[in-house]
Amino acid sequence: MTNVSLRKLNIVLGGKPIIRDLDLAVEPGEFLVLLGPSGCGKSTLLHSIAGLVDTESGAVEIGGRDMTDADPSERGIGMVFQSYALYPTMTVEDNMSFGLRIAGTPKAEIRRRVDRAAAMLQLDALLRRKPAQLSGGQRQRVAIGRALVREAQVFLFDEPLSNLDAKLRAELRRELKLLHRALGSTMIYVTHDQVEAMTLASRIVVMEKGEIRQIGTPLDVYERPANRFVAGFLGAPAMAFVDGTLDGAGRFTGDGIALACVPAGAAQAAVLGVRPEHVTIRADGPMTGEVTLVEPMGNHHVVWLRCGAATLASLVHDACRHAPGDRVAFAIDAARVSLFDAQTGNRL
Amino acid sequence: MNPDTTAPPMAAPAPAAHDQPAPAVRRARRRLTPARIGLYVFLLGAALFFLLPLYVMVVTSLKTMDEIRQGGIFALPHAATLEPWRLAWSGVCTGAACEGVRTGFWNSVAITVPATILPILLGAVNGYALSFWRPRGANVLFGILMAGAFVPVQVMIYPLVRVLALAGIFGSLPAIVLVHLVFGMPVMTLLFRNYYCGVPHELFHAARIDGGGFWRIFLQVMLPMSLPVVVVAAIMQVTGVWNDYILGLVFAGRDHMPMMVQLNNVINTTTGTRQYNVNMAATILTGLVPLALYFVSGRWFVRGIAAGAVKG
Repeated sequence: MTNVSLRKLNIVLGGKPIIRDLDLAVEPGEFLVLLGPSGCGKSTLLHSIAGLVDTESGAVEIGGRDMTDADPSERGIGMVFQSYALYPTMTVEDNMSFGLRIAGTPKAEIRRRVDRAAAMLQLDALLRRKPAQLSGGQRQRVAIGRALVREAQVFLFDEPLSNLDAKLRAELRRELKLLHRALGSTMIYVTHDQVEAMTLASRIVVMEKGEIRQIGTPLDVYERPANRFVAGFLGAPAMAFVDGTLDGAGRFTGDGIALACVPAGAAQAAVLGVRPEHVTIRADGPMTGEVTLVEPMGNHHVVWLRCGAATLASLVHDACRHAPGDRVAFAIDAARVSLFDAQTGNRL
Repeated sequence: MNPDTTAPPMAAPAPAAHDQPAPAVRRARRRLTPARIGLYVFLLGAALFFLLPLYVMVVTSLKTMDEIRQGGIFALPHAATLEPWRLAWSGVCTGAACEGVRTGFWNSVAITVPATILPILLGAVNGYALSFWRPRGANVLFGILMAGAFVPVQVMIYPLVRVLALAGIFGSLPAIVLVHLVFGMPVMTLLFRNYYCGVPHELFHAARIDGGGFWRIFLQVMLPMSLPVVVVAAIMQVTGVWNDYILGLVFAGRDHMPMMVQLNNVINTTTGTRQYNVNMAATILTGLVPLALYFVSGRWFVRGIAAGAVKG
């Protein structure tokens, strides 16, 4: 198992700084997910670990060795791409063994590794096929197989599931997680899909504009977002933000919303972050709002409430008796909400 | 892994589906409207316009000179003869020698084969390097190369003659191949660069991670998947080199006169009577190679013409 560490990394592409002074330590055997909106530099960061883009300054270490200027093939990595990137003129078998053949691995050893990967990914019957004869899911498995036969120390995934339809994506996602458990290798995975990030990651790195906004376990990042960007990026429906003030006793007052939070020191302007599951509609709730919209989701409903200037979502799991226009009383779970500094957007 | 996730082994690749528009649409399209009739009349007229000269050439080449002198260029030959064809191929005078255009044919083959293969290979390497390895100044380099495509050949003839004479290869087979290589380079490079720009960059990245170097990725990954563009490039280059007159005249030298130059010598001979039947036969013989190429690969030919128009 291998660790990866990036130190003071700077990447400039076409004169534009993409990554700025970035430090990141990836633990051995970890499944690290780089999450962020498109253009946040997460793919560029992954490519710099793979050696596919030049770094301006800083260091990339893999397994304790400085790999900043090493060739991609010398880094002990396997990579899986969004577009599968299979060699179209080669069979599945040749696709998987291409790297080993270049490296001059003995034939018997190539055979053994290809067979093992094919068995793990259920590709045995497809080894003689060309990529064009495979479905999208099968192609992506071949691409994973190609990374597997390299017996890489670190696996890099660049949005590997984005080209698949929703059902296949969910299935392959589970298979990836099982694969990680079986191999125990270090995996770094880039996605803009928060469901993938939440389900796969042992730690999530949330990025914005080439900088890391928060690193933590999926629950940590979700429950205790470090700033408003992370809070707004994760969760669907998104976290609602309410502007207001915090008094010295830890009481938050906004338009139509008042809440006794954990005492947080000095009085100041603050923003309250409320997730849908923090809002409970109940008859004895201390606040009231007007139902504006009810979205049925099958196993639950999302009820949208207008309360003063704020719009809050609430999850209702039993039969929903609310209709737009109703006035309902609700409560907010003060122990779970987030509070942010009105100026900096950082968590208080 | 869950076996249910794999599609059935024979899952049809996508292209199968979109070949069949609804039959109703097709039927509606086939109905004859005045516009359709007008279109057919125009197409027929255009076809006749181009086919009529060819018809005249063919019938004339099959007539004796006596019959030609009687006039009636559209008339079918009374007594068709292949003698003019025999003469054109192996007997007519092309300047000093009287051995027909066949020597020119073999000269043209000797020029066209290397002047097709070399520019394609070099153009492919150029296009590959420009789109994947992006050396410093790649865009400037490509811009200069493209500018070269717009300079008329005639402007370069004199300097090229001097340079080749200085190198001591003026008027030889290598000289004419080299000249074709130089003039073919911009279009060949453009063709391959555009093709490789359409190849996902991730494929190149995957090959880099697999340990491929410049030549290995080119030879084992990129070139094998370039067949469509190689065919297009070959059509363009063969047609261009075969139909070339001025470069062959200037650079090939006496011993390697291409067919096109010899044809001109045949037709412009000023002594004796003009042998129209032989001239026609020699002309058809000379045009046969590009014509055959066109018939064999019409679909690719059109693609080759369109290839210059795709995004750069």
